[in-house]
Amino acid sequence: MINLIQNIRAKIETGARISDDEALDLFACDDLLAVGELAALANHQLNGDKVYFNVNRHINYTNICVNRCTFCAFSRENEEDEGGYTLALNEILERAAEAQDAGATEIHMVGGLHPDLPFDFYLEIMAAIKADSPGLHIKAFTAVEIDYFATLTEQSPQQVIEELKAAGLDSMPGGGAEIFAPEVRQKICPEKISGERWLEVTEQVHRAGLKTNATMLFGHVESYADRVDHLSKLRQLQDRTGGFQAFIPLAFQPDNTRVPGGKGVGGVDALKTLAISRLYLDNFRHIKAYWVMLGMKVSQVALAFGVNDIDGTVVEEQIGHDAGADSPQQLSKEQLVGLIHKADKQPVERDTLYNEIKTY
Amino acid sequence: MTAIEKKIDAGQPLDREEALFLLSDVDLLALGKLADAVRRRMHPQGCVSFVVDRNVNYTNVCTTKCKFCAFYRDEMHPDAYVLSYTQIFGKVQELVDHGGTQLLMQGGLHPDLKIDWFEDLFRQLRHRFPSVQIHSLSPAEIVHIAKLSGLSMADCLARLHAAGLQSLPGGGAEILVDEIRQEISPSKIGWRDWAGVMREAHSLGMSTTATMMFGVREKAEDIVEHLFRIRELQAEQGGFTAFIPWSYQPGNTELGGEQASGVEYLKVLALARLVLDNIQNLQASWVTQGARMAQIALYFGANDLGGTMLEENVVAAAGVDFRLSQEEIVDLVRAAGFKPCRRTTGYQVLEAY
Repeated sequence: MINLIQNIRAKIETGARISDDEALDLFACDDLLAVGELAALANHQLNGDKVYFNVNRHINYTNICVNRCTFCAFSRENEEDEGGYTLALNEILERAAEAQDAGATEIHMVGGLHPDLPFDFYLEIMAAIKADSPGLHIKAFTAVEIDYFATLTEQSPQQVIEELKAAGLDSMPGGGAEIFAPEVRQKICPEKISGERWLEVTEQVHRAGLKTNATMLFGHVESYADRVDHLSKLRQLQDRTGGFQAFIPLAFQPDNTRVPGGKGVGGVDALKTLAISRLYLDNFRHIKAYWVMLGMKVSQVALAFGVNDIDGTVVEEQIGHDAGADSPQQLSKEQLVGLIHKADKQPVERDTLYNEIKTY
Repeated sequence: MTAIEKKIDAGQPLDREEALFLLSDVDLLALGKLADAVRRRMHPQGCVSFVVDRNVNYTNVCTTKCKFCAFYRDEMHPDAYVLSYTQIFGKVQELVDHGGTQLLMQGGLHPDLKIDWFEDLFRQLRHRFPSVQIHSLSPAEIVHIAKLSGLSMADCLARLHAAGLQSLPGGGAEILVDEIRQEISPSKIGWRDWAGVMREAHSLGMSTTATMMFGVREKAEDIVEHLFRIRELQAEQGGFTAFIPWSYQPGNTELGGEQASGVEYLKVLALARLVLDNIQNLQASWVTQGARMAQIALYFGANDLGGTMLEENVVAAAGVDFRLSQEEIVDLVRAAGFKPCRRTTGYQVLEAY
């Protein structure tokens, strides 16, 4: 184990890549703080003491979804189901305008795969937000939704992306990646597009000139090898396109879900996974701790384990909270700045594309 | 830093200045590594222990009215209560049914409950539930009961001990610096009285724990002073079995404000492991920090998760309600790479998992 840590330290110092086997060894290593120190070193080389956050607002426009992913507590089959909802265009615009007035620079918008909403509705949302709140960057839809729109409209994903982009889509978050391994997807999201398809669509999004993030939902039924396989596929795609901005490991929340034996993610596993992501994904500039699912305390501690982004103010979040996340609905900019300062780091407000807006 | 590392390696005690430097100027991981090494040295088997217990808060009526407390009520308040013996026995029976071995009974400083109420209660508890250790009444309660009953603190404690009180929890320590206590709990006993009760308990052969509630208005110096006062007290008779730092929970309190962050908690915990080299056990507070942070705390010096707490009311009143079952505690310990052990109040292992 001492050898493993020394070898990886040498690799970080010389800018060499760590292998899949080394990543697996790190997952098996029980010296959490040694792994954390390596990740902190790798992060420091890339980002110094800066920790990024943004002022954003989430809008989950519908929870009606044709997929029935077992890890999801958010989705409903239709509007008649208890709690089923779809926001009207004016409700979406109100939320966006509120966000702009509150100093937000980004709208983060994802939802279910609604069986009846026409593709034009989504184009209309983009165009209307841009007309109404021109200062907002629209980060919306996942590869899963793009593929769904392509099927709906009998077009290629490229055509869908071009139309959304023309209507106002600026970038995409990285959801729907879950775990790429087919056997795992079969258990947790059998109807969802394959991992291969997710990567294909995302590559096309990058080719169209839009940046995206990438996620990994971990801590359900997958093995460490599945996690490393997931990271490996992301690193390869990033080598080809350079279109990924941040990697966001999402801690599975078990409440109200239907994953057999799903227990949720411990603090040690969460920190280790963030740290190993930092070490392995040398071509990703940013590793993000998503406080909605990790909690504020663990997210702050993660800043010592290789993380350099703590997401945003969020304002109203449905998906993680429906699955039992006990974090608050929103954090103020002051709270985020305070958390970062108390972790002895430099808070930097950024826009979606990581242009620095203000240092605190 | 090198000098401090050498001292820690050699098992030499730190001084106040070194402790303050560690708390104020050393980064989280470096501090954690020092504490983790000490924890491994003190607990080489990798056991992480817990006790099956229940908090019974016999009353929420309290004349002290600490500004950080969300639990107390005035005697005339509609929510004010005093549990009857029957209610208490019912709760302890449930504890026994769950295999519990520790009763942590604490309450407000009630204006009418004198020593005979407690003596009678403890005698009956010992008789009915001989397998349950009565680990109850913090120093503030002992001093209050003594005053109310016209007894000296020492006589009061000796009588309670004779009636069946076996050990004392270390609550009410808050920050053991009187300027801070003046601000947050002006009617509560000062640090010397707190220490006096603990000294008396230790001389009677009763073991106790010690706590610290930080994140109120104290400075780093006050945290350091608190730790050294505990360390010095422990050097006298060695009666503390464990130290338990936890962070102030501001919900529904007069004091308000924000709670300490995760990084601050882990730093204080790690520093406690380094300063308190004469106290064997350090508890992580899952009740205030949540399960994830408690698990992480096992790498920052903690070797114990306290009680399973079949019932907890005081922290819950401040809006924080983490719950863990015994099974979840065992899983949490194992997933972190340690050996879960169920223990007695006196830290004897009853069962390794």
